[in-house]
Amino acid sequence: MSTRPVQLRTPLGEEVLALHAGDRVELSGIVYTARDEAHLRMQEKGIPFDPRGAVIYHCGPVIQDNKVIAAGPTTSARMNELSGFLIEKGVRGLIGKGGMGENVREQLRGKGVYFAFTGGCAALASSHMFLKGVFYEDLGMAEAIWVIELDRLPLVVGIDAHGNDIFEAARINAGKVFRSYSATTCTGRQ
Amino acid sequence: MKPPDDIATHAALADATFRAYREAVIRLPPDVLKVIRRAAEAETSPVARGEFANILKNIEVADELGVPLCQDTGIPVVYLTIPPDVPLTQSLYDAVAEGVRRATKEVPLRPNVVEPLTRHNTKDNTGAGIPAIHVRPGDKFMVTVLPKGAGAENSSRTAMLLPSHVYGIEGFVVETMLHAEGKPCPPVFLGVGIGGTFDLAAALAKEALLLPVDTMTAFEQQICTSVNKLGIGPMGLGGDFTALAVKVKTAGCHTASLPVAVNVQCWANRHATVEVKR
Repeated sequence: MSTRPVQLRTPLGEEVLALHAGDRVELSGIVYTARDEAHLRMQEKGIPFDPRGAVIYHCGPVIQDNKVIAAGPTTSARMNELSGFLIEKGVRGLIGKGGMGENVREQLRGKGVYFAFTGGCAALASSHMFLKGVFYEDLGMAEAIWVIELDRLPLVVGIDAHGNDIFEAARINAGKVFRSYSATTCTGRQ
Repeated sequence: MKPPDDIATHAALADATFRAYREAVIRLPPDVLKVIRRAAEAETSPVARGEFANILKNIEVADELGVPLCQDTGIPVVYLTIPPDVPLTQSLYDAVAEGVRRATKEVPLRPNVVEPLTRHNTKDNTGAGIPAIHVRPGDKFMVTVLPKGAGAENSSRTAMLLPSHVYGIEGFVVETMLHAEGKPCPPVFLGVGIGGTFDLAAALAKEALLLPVDTMTAFEQQICTSVNKLGIGPMGLGGDFTALAVKVKTAGCHTASLPVAVNVQCWANRHATVEVKR
């Protein structure tokens, strides 16, 4: 890796517009975990924190004795239909794994970015985290909104504010490779 | 009242299961580590190299702090090898379940097991038929725990190919990863079961994940190379390594069928074996 990661701190502002898909970032400051249930409740009852410049982390952590034990990312695509209202209210960043749909790519345009964090790296994540608070604890450990302070969590920009999406690029390439591969090697299925 | 021997065996097996589970979720086997490190060196995409750096750092942190590598600590799959003097009784199954419950509380593990229709969580990682226990005879009394995460398991597939389409096996494996994209947390390990019956092929595919991954046959290498040409890369972000290894297990099959199963495993090919000391 030749270039140094971009240092960012929440709340995020217009600086995210300068990021490009593929840029490495180290993120510090407060983030809010949210999975399916928390998104549904925020949509219905309002966002319990200031959404301006906020970052949402798609994660259901393991919390024990007010500490973050394990906090890797969950599959972001489950939140494809649940993220628009957050971006509209000022959320500038989403963190997760696997990328998001075309609709989210459009919603982020000119407003914010999607960061990828490496799946399965729960121990690494928790070593960069301090627990600061919680909303919706009644939803259970995995679905509650945990307020977490990050200290330079290593991320990569998956989708930037200009519509560039490295997941989509990899997907299109894989499809092309497979089509030319199966043209020469029949898959042999009934 | 159980005979004393039986009670001692039960306790020893429960303890060995607990220790194997704990080891499996915290530390990867040496052959798995070797393959990950080798790929991390060889990867050329800068983004993918960053993903490998995170993976290697995560392995280090989990080992250092004694905490699970991933918050998805899986569903328990257990392989039991029993020597001639250990009778196969219900007590062995109960002992393994006891070890799983203890691991859930003490490691701790995320309680992942639910009743399939009501989705009610049993909270202790056991349930009807779970832990899945596979028994085979052997010289030593050993327990192997293979905790299987859902992201990778959900991308697994099985197919009944035409017996005349042996050449289609590779394509089926490649197509499985095309559909999986970044969902199973690549770079993956692929267990491939070929032959047997519909169900046996799937069981072989999972067992293949226990084979040493730092060597491949020419056939396995060929499939692995074709999968990697997809360029899906670590986490679906693009890169040279979509698969780290392909392992194949075969069984005799009906002359009129060709069952094939692909069990997808994330980069954390977790499993650990502990000898049961009586």
